[in-house]
Amino acid sequence: MQMRGGKNSNTVDVLDTFVFVLSSAAVAAAQNTAPPLSPTNIFAPASTPAESIFGLSMFVLSVTAAIFVVVVSLLAYAAVKFRKRNNDDGREPPQVYGSNQVEVAWTVIPILIVVALFMATARVIADVQKVSPSANAIEVVAIGHQFWWEYRYPHLGVVTANELHVPVSDPQHPTPTFIRLLSADTDHSFWVPRLAGKTDLIPNHPNSSWIDPHEVGLYLGQCAQYCGTQHAKMLLRVYVQPRDEFERWIQQQRQPVSGTDVVSEGRRVFESTACINCHTVSGTVANGRFGPDLTHLMSRETIAAGAALNTPENLRLWIQKPEVIKPGSLMPAMELTDRELDAVTAYLETLR
Amino acid sequence: MSTDSIAWPQTETAVQPLVDRLHDWVTTVDHKRLGILYLGYALVFLVIGGIEAGIMRIQLIRAHNDFVSPQVFNRLFTMHGTTMIFFVVMPLVFGFANYLIPLMIGARDMAFPRLNAFSFWLTAFGGLLLYLSLLGANGLYGAGNAPDVGWFAYAPLTSRTFSVGHSTDFWTLSLLVSGFGSIGTAVNILTTILCMRCPGMSLAKMPLLAWLNLVMSGMVVLAISPLTAAQLMLLVDRYLGGHFFDTQAGGSAVMWMHFFWVFGHPEVYVLVIPGFAFASEIIPVFSRKAIFGYPVMVAATICIGFIGMSVWAHHMFTVGMSSNANTFFVLSTMAIAVPTGIKIFNWLATMWGGKIEFKTPMLFCVGFLFQFLIAGLTGIMLGAAPFDWQLGNSYFVVAHFHYVIVGAILFTIFGAFYYWFPKMSGKMYSETLGKLHFWLFLIGFHMTFDFMHIPGVLGMPRRIYTYEPGRGWDVWNLIVTVGVVFQALGTVVFVVNLVWSYFKGATAGSDPWDAWTLEWSTPSPPPAYNFSVIPTVQSRRPLWDLKHPDDPDWKYE
Repeated sequence: MQMRGGKNSNTVDVLDTFVFVLSSAAVAAAQNTAPPLSPTNIFAPASTPAESIFGLSMFVLSVTAAIFVVVVSLLAYAAVKFRKRNNDDGREPPQVYGSNQVEVAWTVIPILIVVALFMATARVIADVQKVSPSANAIEVVAIGHQFWWEYRYPHLGVVTANELHVPVSDPQHPTPTFIRLLSADTDHSFWVPRLAGKTDLIPNHPNSSWIDPHEVGLYLGQCAQYCGTQHAKMLLRVYVQPRDEFERWIQQQRQPVSGTDVVSEGRRVFESTACINCHTVSGTVANGRFGPDLTHLMSRETIAAGAALNTPENLRLWIQKPEVIKPGSLMPAMELTDRELDAVTAYLETLR
Repeated sequence: MSTDSIAWPQTETAVQPLVDRLHDWVTTVDHKRLGILYLGYALVFLVIGGIEAGIMRIQLIRAHNDFVSPQVFNRLFTMHGTTMIFFVVMPLVFGFANYLIPLMIGARDMAFPRLNAFSFWLTAFGGLLLYLSLLGANGLYGAGNAPDVGWFAYAPLTSRTFSVGHSTDFWTLSLLVSGFGSIGTAVNILTTILCMRCPGMSLAKMPLLAWLNLVMSGMVVLAISPLTAAQLMLLVDRYLGGHFFDTQAGGSAVMWMHFFWVFGHPEVYVLVIPGFAFASEIIPVFSRKAIFGYPVMVAATICIGFIGMSVWAHHMFTVGMSSNANTFFVLSTMAIAVPTGIKIFNWLATMWGGKIEFKTPMLFCVGFLFQFLIAGLTGIMLGAAPFDWQLGNSYFVVAHFHYVIVGAILFTIFGAFYYWFPKMSGKMYSETLGKLHFWLFLIGFHMTFDFMHIPGVLGMPRRIYTYEPGRGWDVWNLIVTVGVVFQALGTVVFVVNLVWSYFKGATAGSDPWDAWTLEWSTPSPPPAYNFSVIPTVQSRRPLWDLKHPDDPDWKYE
C-alpha cells in the first residue's frame, strides 16, 4: 500500500508534465497554418467538434500514458529483480496466495480513473452531439454514392458533387455548417479529420454532423466506411472560403449553364449517348441522377471524386477508359471515337 | 539383448499402415487427438491467412502501388479477417481446451466424445467451404470469387443488388456451419467442466484454465447464436425475398450491425480469455509461485464475461446513435478496464517475489503482459466515443485489434504451444529455436503494429487498396510492411522447431517444468485413457502437494 501511495504522487507529476508538453504542442500546431505531418492529422483540429475531441484526446492520452509508465515500470522491475539467479539455491520461493488489501487497492484506484475518464467523455459527447442549427447556419445535404459525394444546398438552390464549399466561421459570429448525411446505396462515412469526427451515411438512417471551420483553406478526407470496390478513391475535399468568396461561389453555381442555345457537336454526342442517363446538365435534356451533376463541372478542381485533377487530358481519359483512373468505378467506358471524345471533352469544358 | 526380443513385437504392432493411421485420426473421438487436429488445422490456416496479410502489405508499401487490383485487395482483407478469427484463433482456442481440460480436471475424455468429433469436422468443413468459394463462387454474372464484403459484412453490401454471384453465400454458409461446430464444442466444454471433475476438485479447486474456459464456453453459446440467426436472416433476404437488411425495401442496415457486434465483441473475449488461461498456468510455473489472488481472478473473469456481453455498440459510435446510447456504451466499455486491470496486476504479483525462469513459454507470456497492457490502453482511447469518432475505422483501430489478437492472444498461444508441446509429443522443443522465434516475432510485431497506429492518427482509413501521396502515410506503411518479414521468419522458425523436435527432440518425460496441475502426472504423451486411476485432489495444485508433503497447499486454501 505504501508503495502504491508513493507511485501515485509520481503519477500526478508525470501527468502534469505530460499535459503541459502536449498542450504546448497543440498550441504550436494551432498557430501553424500548414498542418504538421499530414493534411488529415486528427491532432491539427480547425473546427469546434474536432477541437473538442482533441481536448478529450489529450486528457485520455495523458491518463493512459501515466498508467503505461507505472505498470511497465512494475513489470520491468519484477522481470529483472525476481529472475532466477545463477547461484540459486534450488529452493522454491515463499508461496503467497493473495492479499485482500492489495486487491481492494487495485480495484478501487482503476474505478476512480474510469469514473474520471467517463465524466470527461460524457461531457464531450454532449458538447458535440447536442448542438442544433442556429438561424445563420448553412445547411447541406451530403449523399453518399458508390463512389462519389453529392452535395445539395436546399436553401440556396445549389447542387454539386465531390467538392464541398462552406464559409469560414468566425468564433465571434459563428456561421456553422450542418450536414445532413444520407446514402443512395451502401454505407459510407464522412470523415474530414481536421474538421470533425466521422459520421456514417447509412441508407434508411439519416444522420447529421456539423463543422465550423475557423481557418480558410482546403481540408481533405475520404470515405471511412467500406462501401465496395472503389472505397479507396472516394475522396473528400472541403473548401473553406471567406464569406464573400463563398457568396460569389453560390451565385456562380446558381447561374444557368451558359450557351444552352448553342448546339455544338460535343453537346450533340453527349445528349445522344448514355451520358444523360446518369448525369445532369441543368437546362438541357441531361437529367440523370446516378452520377455527379455536371452543370458547373469546370468550377471543380478534380474529377472522379478527387481521384484525378480536372484537366482536359484527364477528362478525356476518364470518358474513354475510366478503369485507368479508378478501376471498378461505376462510370462505364463510353466507347466513343476519337473525334467524338474530343468533341465531348470540348463540350464539358464549356460547363463553367 | 533380451530386451530387444521383448521390445521388437511391440514396435511392430505400433507401425500400422499409413492408411490405417489416417483412418484412426479421421474417426477418432479421443479428446487429445481432436485437440491436435484442431491445432494442426488452425496452423495451416494461420499460414494461409498470413500470406493474405503479406500480399496486402506489399500492396500498401507505397502510395498508388498496383501490385493487386482493388477487387483482389477487397477479397484479401475479407478472407484474411474471416480466416484468422474463425479458422485460426477459434480452432486454436478449442484445440487447447479439448486437449487440456479433461487432463487438468482428472477426466478420461470430454463429456460427449462423439459430439466433440462432430463439432471439429463441422468447423473443418466450414473452413474448407470458405475457400471453396475460390472455385465455386464464380457465379452467374462471373462477378467475384472469394467473398469481398469485409469480415463484418455490413448490410446492404451483402444484398443481391451489391453482391452478385455467390461469394457472399459461401461466406454465410461457412460461418453458419462452423458456428454450429463452435456451439457444439462450447456445450461439450461446459458439460465436461461442470460434471466430470475428479473427486476432491470442487469448482474452487479447479485450475484457472478450466475456470476461464468455462466462462469462454458460456460466452460462445450466447454470442454465436445471434451470429447464426443473422446469417439465416441474410440467407432469407438473399433467396427468399426477405427484407431484414435490404435497405432498398425498408430493411435496416443498422440492425445487421447490432446482430454482428453482439456476436463480435463477446467474440473478442471468447478469444482472449483462453489467452488469459494460458498465461495463468504458465506465469506461476515459471515464477515458481502459486497464482496470486485466485478467487479474484475467477471473479474478474466472470465480471469480464458479463460486462463483455454489454459493450458491443462501441463498434458503432459513428453510426449515429443518440448521445444517451453513446454515453451508456462508453461507461460499459470503460468499466471492463477494471476487471482486466485486476488481472494484469495479479499476474504481476504472481511474478513478484518469485524466481522467474525465462524459458520460451514465459518469454511469450511477458510479451503478452506488455502488449496486452498497450492494447487495453488504446482500447480506452477507442472507448471514449468522441476519440473514436476520429480513430474508428482508421488504421489506429487495425493496430489496436491486432495488438489484442496477435500481441496478446497469439503470443499466449505460442507460449501454450511451447509449454504443452512436451506433453503432446513426448519430446522437448529446441530452446534456442524457441527464443529465436520469440525475438524475431517480437521485433516484427512491434515494427508492424506499433507504427500502424500512426497513419490512423494521420487520417488513413482501413480497407483502402491504395492511398494518395502527400498524406504523410508512406513512410509508416513502409515500416509496417518490413515488420511482416520478421514475423514470417519467426513463424518459419516456429514450424521448423515443432517438426524437428517431434522427430529429433530429447525425450521430455512426464513433468519437464516441475509443474503442479494434473496433466503433468500422466506420461507424455498421455495414453488414450489419460489416467489409469482417477486421481483425487485436495488443492488447486495437486502435484505441489505430492512434491511438498511437508508444506501442502490445502493447509492454506
